[in-house]
This record gives sequence, C-alpha cells and structure tokens, in this order.
Amino acid sequence: MPIATVEPSTTAQEAVGTSSRLTKILGFACLAGLAVLFLLAFVLTDPDERVDEATNIVTGQFDAVRLLYVHFPVAIVTYTAFLLNAVGSIMVLWKKSTWWDITAAASAEVGVLFCGLTLVTGSIWGRPIWNTWWEWGDVRLMTTTILFLIFVGYLAYRRTMTDSQVRAKRSAVVGLVGAINIPIVYKSVEWWENRTLHQQSTLADLAVEDLTLFAMIFGMVVFLGVYAWLLIHRFRIGWLEHQAETTGLEQAIAERRAQAPDAIRNAVTQARSSEPETGVHQ
Amino acid sequence: MTHIGYLIAGWGISLGAIGLYAVSLIRRGKVLAARVPAENRRWITSK
Repeated sequence: MPIATVEPSTTAQEAVGTSSRLTKILGFACLAGLAVLFLLAFVLTDPDERVDEATNIVTGQFDAVRLLYVHFPVAIVTYTAFLLNAVGSIMVLWKKSTWWDITAAASAEVGVLFCGLTLVTGSIWGRPIWNTWWEWGDVRLMTTTILFLIFVGYLAYRRTMTDSQVRAKRSAVVGLVGAINIPIVYKSVEWWENRTLHQQSTLADLAVEDLTLFAMIFGMVVFLGVYAWLLIHRFRIGWLEHQAETTGLEQAIAERRAQAPDAIRNAVTQARSSEPETGVHQ
Repeated sequence: MTHIGYLIAGWGISLGAIGLYAVSLIRRGKVLAARVPAENRRWITSK
C-alpha cells in the first residue's frame, strides 16, 4: 500500500530531490500549523496557577506548562512512528515487501528523533517541576529510554548488513521486539503507579481546561503532519538508496564482464563451442 | 514569564533538531536523486 497515492507529475519526477507538490503543500501547512501552535502555547493559553483558598499560596507549573505543548505531541508521534514500524515489520515478514521494509526503516529513523526529543523535553520540563533532570526510578522514563535504545540498535543493526533481503527480515524481527515495549511505556503509569513521577492520563478524562486541551490536540495534529512530511521524504531517500544499490550492482557486473581479458573470453567461447550439442556440461 | 530558559531550551532543541533533520533529508535526497536514473525514481508505487 503506498504512502501517497498521488502520482508525481513528470516535472516532479525529473526534479532533482525528493520533494513533490504533495510534500510542498504539506510542508507549508506544517509551518503554518507550528506558527499557530506557537501562538497558542505562548500567547493564548494561561500559565498553570492554582491558588489555595485556605493559605492563599499559589501553586502549579506556571509557565513551564508551555513545554507540554511540545512534549506531549512528540511523545504521541514517537508511538505512531514505532507502531508503523511494527506494521511494516509484519508486512516484511508476511509479504517480503521491499516497499514495507523501506517504510519501516524510515518510520524507525523518524521515530528515534522524536523519541529522543520526548526524553529531552521531558527532562527539561522535569527540572523545574520535579526538581530533577533525570529520575532513574521513574518507570515511564526508563521504559521510554529502553524503547529509544532498542530503535537506535535497530538502525545500527540495519547498517551492519549488506544483503537487503537478510537485512529486511532480521531488522523486522528487531522492530517487532521493540514494538512490544510500546504498550508497556503507555500503560506503565497505571501498572506501576507508585514507581513513577508521571501523572496518569488527564487528556483521556478531559481533566484539563478547554484551551489547554485544544492546544494539546492541535499540537498533536501539527506534529503528526511534520512526522508525515519527514516520513515521506525519508521513505523516498530509502527508495532511491535501494534503486542506487540495484543500479550500482548491475553496473558493477557489466563493468567486470567488460574488463575480462580477451584470453578468458576466448577460452569461454571455445569451451562453449566444444560442448556437446545436447548442451549438457560434463 | 517564568522558566523562560527552560522554555527556550525545550522548544529550541525540538524545533531546531526537526529543522536540521528536515534539511539533511532534502540534501540527501538531492544527492541520491542525481545518482539514480529518472525511470527508477518512481518511488510512490508499491513493489
């Protein structure tokens, strides 16, 4: 199944690069979306402040809550990217499809970027709110780190193999092993609620203010668009790499044949002419 | 505004990293596309 069913125009095919009309429109939409998200995050939404009526003390995350408008969307993109990798991995093992292998690898690479950003933005948010950059005992943080490391390993493992079929099959298995971790990361705050600083889902319960909720969901949509843009470009690079590999191999074989000394060629021709008419080799 | 340094760091690193990655993809695409014959650049089909 293709990522995009839009056939590129002749001009797009002849253009040097991986851009097409579709990706340009998507790219501009994403830039506009990011600008609106920025406005929502820094201008239209209020800081998180709660006044205790009894003591009159103001508590909350204050402006640090604005980091969640980027942390939450990149975390959602991470799940999406690794889930698509899992789907691609299944399709590779089932259909032995090159298309799905390239898609799975592309999604994993983009997923690693977003997973890294999830960890970094979470750490930056955690410093003022939890008073720590990193908490080894936090089960969601640790499971996310393991997820990140598995997919870094997935990408590294792919680079160690030159045979594309072996690479596709083995990395699909690694991808599926990594995917097992996704529901564990997601459910970790419920399964080990006493071993995490993370709160349980507030979005699912709609336990946040309307505009905050809108900004979170809008951010998720925008970053999913960014993910789609990156995925399409990365997929096309993978496809071009595959084509370059195939073309390069064919060229190398042709060049080796052309370079064969005349004597060898004559010997081969002689041997062929002396073969019995039945064509059976002795 | 409170936590301004954290906000700049968090948003800056995120948007910066995504931007750099996007630029690197475009550049890699241009280099690779030049190496592949036009008839083999039909990347949007299933195979």
